[in-house]
Amino acid sequence: MADGDKAVPEREFPLELPEFKCGAMEGLEPFRAAPEHNEALGFPGELVPDWKEKAIAYMGELARKNRAFQVYLDMCVKCGACTDKCHYYLGTGDPNNMPVARQDLLRSVYRRYYTFAGKYFPWLVGARDLTEDVLKEWYSYYHQCSECRRCSVFCPYGIDTAEITMAARDILDHVGIGMKYSNEIIGKVHKVGNNLGLPGKALKATLEDLEEDIEDDTGVSVRLPLDEKGADILLVTPSADFFAEPHIDGLIGYAKVFHETGASWTLSSYASEAANFGLFIGSYENMREVALRIRKAAEDLGVKRIIFGECGHAWRVAYSFLNTLAGPFDFLDQNYPIPQHILEYTWDAIQKGELKFDKSKNDHYRLTYHDSCNVARASRMGDEPGGQFEIPRNVIKAVCNHFYDMPEETIREATLCCGGGGGLLTDDLMDLRIKGASPRMTALQQVTEDHGVTHMAAICAICKTQFSKVMPKYGYEMDSIVSVHQLVSNAIILTGQETEEDDADGAKAEEQP
Amino acid sequence: MLGTIYALLFYVATLLLVAGLVRKIWIYARTPAPLKIPTTPAPTTLGGVVLRIFMEVVFFQSLFKSNKWIWALGWMFHMSMWLVLLRHVRYFQESIWWIVELAQPFGTYAGFTMLIGLAGLLARRFLVNRVRYISAPSDYLMLVLLLLIVITGLSMRWVAHTDIVMVKSYMTGLLRFRIGELPGDFNLLAHLALVAVLMIVFPISKLLHVPGVFFSPSRNQVDNAREKRHLAPWAAELEK
Repeated sequence: MADGDKAVPEREFPLELPEFKCGAMEGLEPFRAAPEHNEALGFPGELVPDWKEKAIAYMGELARKNRAFQVYLDMCVKCGACTDKCHYYLGTGDPNNMPVARQDLLRSVYRRYYTFAGKYFPWLVGARDLTEDVLKEWYSYYHQCSECRRCSVFCPYGIDTAEITMAARDILDHVGIGMKYSNEIIGKVHKVGNNLGLPGKALKATLEDLEEDIEDDTGVSVRLPLDEKGADILLVTPSADFFAEPHIDGLIGYAKVFHETGASWTLSSYASEAANFGLFIGSYENMREVALRIRKAAEDLGVKRIIFGECGHAWRVAYSFLNTLAGPFDFLDQNYPIPQHILEYTWDAIQKGELKFDKSKNDHYRLTYHDSCNVARASRMGDEPGGQFEIPRNVIKAVCNHFYDMPEETIREATLCCGGGGGLLTDDLMDLRIKGASPRMTALQQVTEDHGVTHMAAICAICKTQFSKVMPKYGYEMDSIVSVHQLVSNAIILTGQETEEDDADGAKAEEQP
Repeated sequence: MLGTIYALLFYVATLLLVAGLVRKIWIYARTPAPLKIPTTPAPTTLGGVVLRIFMEVVFFQSLFKSNKWIWALGWMFHMSMWLVLLRHVRYFQESIWWIVELAQPFGTYAGFTMLIGLAGLLARRFLVNRVRYISAPSDYLMLVLLLLIVITGLSMRWVAHTDIVMVKSYMTGLLRFRIGELPGDFNLLAHLALVAVLMIVFPISKLLHVPGVFFSPSRNQVDNAREKRHLAPWAAELEK
């Protein structure tokens, strides 16, 4: 069992290495999925009798179907470059949370059955048999990886532990061991269309409430249309945007931007989810099925463009995989990126001068920005590599006066995961989530010390939920995490909006950085 | 007798090395990458990818970002090894290329930097608990094997010279399938035997990082997922 040490890790910046705590997180397990939740995704309900043969055979199939899996398992030289890069290792001190050690849990078995050295000299190369204990160990430690790819950045060969984690989870699913949180959620998307299982009617009511709220606030009628055929733009956003804080303030921000740019847009009740947990469990088939809902919604509604709201892994699936999984999108307007990120859209509008801001509306915030891992290391925004770092910062700087980046080694491609990504955002892993957040929190505390930063902006639904839960453990208010479009929403001046001091600050607010 | 045994050893080792590598490269090349997974920011053009891999292979760019000690030791070892290998080409040719002549003075000293690099990497394996934790016996043995090759090689250059003219005529002979005689001194025989072992284990060990680095999808893919549809053959089957 995990050693039960629930202390919130405290450390200094620059990030110091933890003491080795062997077995500290051993046996930590998220709840397992019920049989019906596994079966709904096409997996066996319970551990199959011939699990060993099945698992070994499926491992071989993955090696044949996925070059990354095969090459990454073969070529690690155990140089140790990745060993101090994982936030879960930094937070827990458990050596099995070092990326290479995590990979080795599976690599050792792969070697035993699929390599010459492992077949005939297992002791020499650290190969081992697949046993039920090994399966348990996999289930535990492959659910202590958020698939954030930080290790991949620092590996001399780009070995991405996320690929191994996904493969391990996929193998486990194929022998009947599924994870409750992810598998239940994917089932809901297949059935209802979103992670929450929010039906179309409830969604409609929520959006109408929001329209009223915006009108009360601003005196301007801003619409949040649902299932409107013939709209130009389909907005696909994580369902957390419909109800969670601070996500919902981001959704209001998107609506205001669309309103102000005069866009014709709609949400879809059929594809009311940007998130795609098929990625987390490494299931191409499930990921594809979820992605195809978006294609179908776009076809049914007859839209010309698809835009994604603020969500990290969703943007990875959208940017990097949507064309593969659900393309080709030749029925959409080819003059726009397919798909496009809401921040690309907003930044375009800002550059064209279509939006007016009163930056002082965000003066009660001293901000920093958390690069979400899937956006930072697995996607892009704009035309240039690295646009995914610049565009969100550009937008924040256009709507806020006080912005300070966290230390360089903790942002952009080296960003630290929030601790809740990759399907780990479940209460049964709270201890791990708190510990995994500690490197990011340490970097945040540094800018709080240096620049008095009070709030952190993010563009990922999981990051936002995770931080609102764990930031209080580190001495921040739970609303210290904000959506980037919440900042846009605060500062934007809608045409015809009643403002207290209409004239005085108007000219100043229009200045762009 | 000795000449025949070593000839056999080298023919077998060469065959295993070449066949093993060709097989692995064939498998890597043929295995599809179902999704676009370059670690971003990534180049948006093929030329950019070539440059990215060049920077990785020649300067160990990612490792440099990661850990200066491993980078310094690893880079020193690898680059010295190239110089040493280049210097060794002279034992296989009658008329020596100019570049091999050029490498000669550097190559002789590169043996020492190679030694320092390897010794440092081995020391790390013992001394850094994170690296010790992830090391299997084969990880130590690989370094020991390389160290022994370097030490036996250096000792022939600096301590007890072998009859290098005889070695050269033996090696050039092997290339024409003519088996001659080898000097019988221990350093040389150990050096050659260890090199043969290295050649044999190459395609069944972590030395596969040599071809592998060129096939790593996180490094060799172009970041153009929105512009160009990427589809693996087995994934295309799902669409039927």
